[in-house]
Amino acid sequence: MGNWIINHGLTSFILVVWMGINIFLFVWFYFFYDLGDQFFYTRHILGSALAWARAPAAVLNFNCLLILLPVCRNLLSLLRGSFVCCGRTMRKQLDKNLSFHKLVAYMIGLMTAVHMIAHLLNVEWYNNSRQGVYDKLSTALSNLEDSDNTTYLNPIRTTDIDPQQIPTYFVFTTIAGLTGVIITLCLILIITSSMEVIRRSYFEVFWYTHHLFVIFFAGLVFHGAGRIVRSQNMDTIPPHNFTFCKDRSDDWGRIPECPIPQFRGGFPQTWMWVIGPMVLYLCERLLRFIRYMQAVRYRKIVMRPSKVLELQLVKNGFTMEVGQYVFLNCPAISQLEWHPFTMTSAPEEDFFSVHIRSAGDWTNKLISIMEQLPEGAQGPKMGVDGPFGTASEDVFDYEVAMLVGAGIGVTPFASILKSIWYKFKESNPKLRTRKIYFYWLCRETHAFEWFADLLQVLEKEMDERGMGDFLTYNLYLTGWDQNLTNAVTVRFDEDTDVVTGLKQKTHYGRPIWDKEFEKVRKENPTSVVGTFLCGPEALAKVLEKKCAKYSDVDPRKTKFYFNKENF
Amino acid sequence: MGKIEWAMWANEQALASGLILLTGGIVGVAGQFRGWQFAAYGVAAGVFVCLLEYPRGKRSKGTSVARTGQYCFTVCVKAFGPLTRNYYVRAFLHAAICVPGGFMLATVLGCVCLGIASLIYLAAAIRGEHWEPILPRTETQRKPVPPSIKNPPSNPPPRPPPEMRRKRVDDLEGAAYDNPIPVTANEY
Repeated sequence: MGNWIINHGLTSFILVVWMGINIFLFVWFYFFYDLGDQFFYTRHILGSALAWARAPAAVLNFNCLLILLPVCRNLLSLLRGSFVCCGRTMRKQLDKNLSFHKLVAYMIGLMTAVHMIAHLLNVEWYNNSRQGVYDKLSTALSNLEDSDNTTYLNPIRTTDIDPQQIPTYFVFTTIAGLTGVIITLCLILIITSSMEVIRRSYFEVFWYTHHLFVIFFAGLVFHGAGRIVRSQNMDTIPPHNFTFCKDRSDDWGRIPECPIPQFRGGFPQTWMWVIGPMVLYLCERLLRFIRYMQAVRYRKIVMRPSKVLELQLVKNGFTMEVGQYVFLNCPAISQLEWHPFTMTSAPEEDFFSVHIRSAGDWTNKLISIMEQLPEGAQGPKMGVDGPFGTASEDVFDYEVAMLVGAGIGVTPFASILKSIWYKFKESNPKLRTRKIYFYWLCRETHAFEWFADLLQVLEKEMDERGMGDFLTYNLYLTGWDQNLTNAVTVRFDEDTDVVTGLKQKTHYGRPIWDKEFEKVRKENPTSVVGTFLCGPEALAKVLEKKCAKYSDVDPRKTKFYFNKENF
Repeated sequence: MGKIEWAMWANEQALASGLILLTGGIVGVAGQFRGWQFAAYGVAAGVFVCLLEYPRGKRSKGTSVARTGQYCFTVCVKAFGPLTRNYYVRAFLHAAICVPGGFMLATVLGCVCLGIASLIYLAAAIRGEHWEPILPRTETQRKPVPPSIKNPPSNPPPRPPPEMRRKRVDDLEGAAYDNPIPVTANEY
C-alpha cells in the first residue's frame, strides 16, 4: 500500500482534483438552471432537460480548456525545466500528458452525448409547445414574438412547414444548431480515427483527421452566439411576478401586475474558457514552425548494418539533455509529417545524432535518399523540432540505476551511457550514480550492431581504468534458433561472446525479473534505485509490479522507482 | 499514406454510427417524438449495423486485433459469403440504411456518420480491399513435425572438453548452480 502511494499518489491526487472540479461544475450549473427564478418559464416548457443540457455544457467548457494544454510539448518542456527544484515526482506527472489528454477527450465525448440528448428533448418539446400541444401557459409563452416591444422565449418561430421536419429545419438554420452538428461530426471523426488500432497502424489517418480540432474549436466559440437559451428579464418596470401571473396568461399586458414578460438570451461564455489555451497552442505551433525554419547542417551521414541510418547534425543554439528526442521533418519526403527520434548522442558532444531504422514509408524513403548521396555531400533540408524531455533526464539523480531497453527502446540508453561515461571521466559532481545495471532485451541483434559497438568501446575504457563493476550489462536474446545454439555451445569457452563480441555473455530467453531485482536489492541494501524502461507496455506492467513488490516503505532500505518512456 | 487499409477506419466509423443511430432512435422512441416510427427504424438499423460491423476483419498486412467476444459474430457474418466480403456491397448497404434516418432530428447525426462510413468503405472497395474473417488457429494448421525428431538421438549431446567438466573445488560459489532434478552425491 505504501509503495502504491509512492508510485501513484500524485497522479491519483491530480485525477481526484480534476474529477472533483467536473462534478462541482456539473452540479452547480445543474441547480443554477433547475432552481433559478429567471428560468421558471423556460422550465415550464422544457422541464429539467434544460438543466441537463446546460450542466454538461459547463463541464465541456472546462474540458475543452484542458484538452489543448497537454499537447503543447514546448510549454511542457519549459515547465519541466522550471520544476528542477520541485523533485522528480512532480516532473514525472508531465510525462503522462498524453494519458491525460485521452482522459479529457473521453470526458468531452461523454458530455457531448449527454448535452446532445438533452437538446434533442429540448427541441422536440419547444416544437410541441409551438404547435399548441401543451397547456395554455406553454402556448402563450411560445406565442411571444420577437418584435419591437416583445421578446421571444421559444426559439422555434416557424409553424408553417411539416411539424415533423421543424426540429431538423430549426437545427440547420440556427447558429447553435448548425455549429453543434458540425462540431459533433468533427468530434466523432476525431474519435474514430484515434482508436488504438488506427493510431498504431495508420498514423497519418489519425494525425490528419485530428486536425479537424481547428474546426471544432472555431465552431465551439460561435456555438452560443445565437443566444437561444432564454431567461426572463426580472428587472422590467413594472416587474412581472411569475408566481402571480402564471395562471393569468390571458391578462398579460392588460393588468398592471402582469406586463408581458421579457426574455433575453444567455451571454456566450465558451470563448472566455478556451481563448487562453487556443492562444497558447497557437504559440506552440508558431514555435515549432520557427524551429523548423532554422538551418540544420549535416556533420556526418553513416549507413550502419541492417539498414540503420546514423545522422550527425549540427544546429545553432541547440542544447540537449540525455535521452531526449527530437521531431524530424523532411520536406523532400513529406511536407506535413514530423516523426520522433530519440537522440543517441551525449550532451557533452558538439553535435547531436539520431539512429533511424527502416520501419515504414518515411524512414525507407529517407534511407534511400541518403544512400544515393555522393560522398561528403549535404543531405536534404531537414527541419528539427525539440528537444523534448523524457524521464531519462532523471537517471543521474539515482545512486543505483536499472536501465531496461527492449528492442528499438535501447536507443535512449545509448545517449545515457555515453553521457555517464563523459561525466565520469570529467568527475562531474552532478553524477550521483555509483552503479548501473543495464538490461538489453531484443529478439535479434540485427539493426543494433551499432549499439554493440558502443558497448565494446565502453567496456574497453572501463577495463583500462579498473572500473569493471561500474556498469553491469546483461544482454538477453529472446529469439534464437538451432544454428545459434550450435555456434554458442561449441565456442562457449572463449572470452568474448559469439554474438556480440563483448566480454559479458549473452543470455537466451527473457530475464527472470524476480532474480534480477533480488540481486540488485542484495547488492544495494540501502539505496534508492531508479528503474528506467523503454519498451513495450506489457514489460512496463511487469516491471512496475516488481518495483512495487521489492520496494520497502522503510526509508533506510532499498526503494525502487519506476520510470517509463513512451512516444 | 501507401499502406493504409481504409476498411479498418471505415469499420470503426460504421460501428460508431450504428451506436449513434441506436442512441438517437432510443431517445426518439422513449420521448415519443414526432415521427417516432423513424426512431424505431433507427433502433433496428443501429442494432443491425452494430452486429454487422462488430467483428473486425483480418488485416492484409500485420497482426489483426480481434474485438472481445467477436468470434460468434465472425461466424454469422462469414455465413453470408460474398455479400459481407465485398466492400462495395457494404458501402451501398450503409448508404441505403442511412437515408431514412434523415427524416427525423434524433437520427440525423447517425445518418450523416453512417453516410461518411459508407464513403470510406467505397474508397476501400475501390482499392481492392475485402473482408476476411479472423479465425482462431486450429490444431490442423500447425506445421507437420519434421521426421528427424521422431527417433531418439543417436549422438550424445555436445559437451565441453573434460577439463571444463571437472569439479571446481577452489571456487565453490562459482561452481554452484540450480539443478532442475535432484542429484545424488558423486560416489567415486
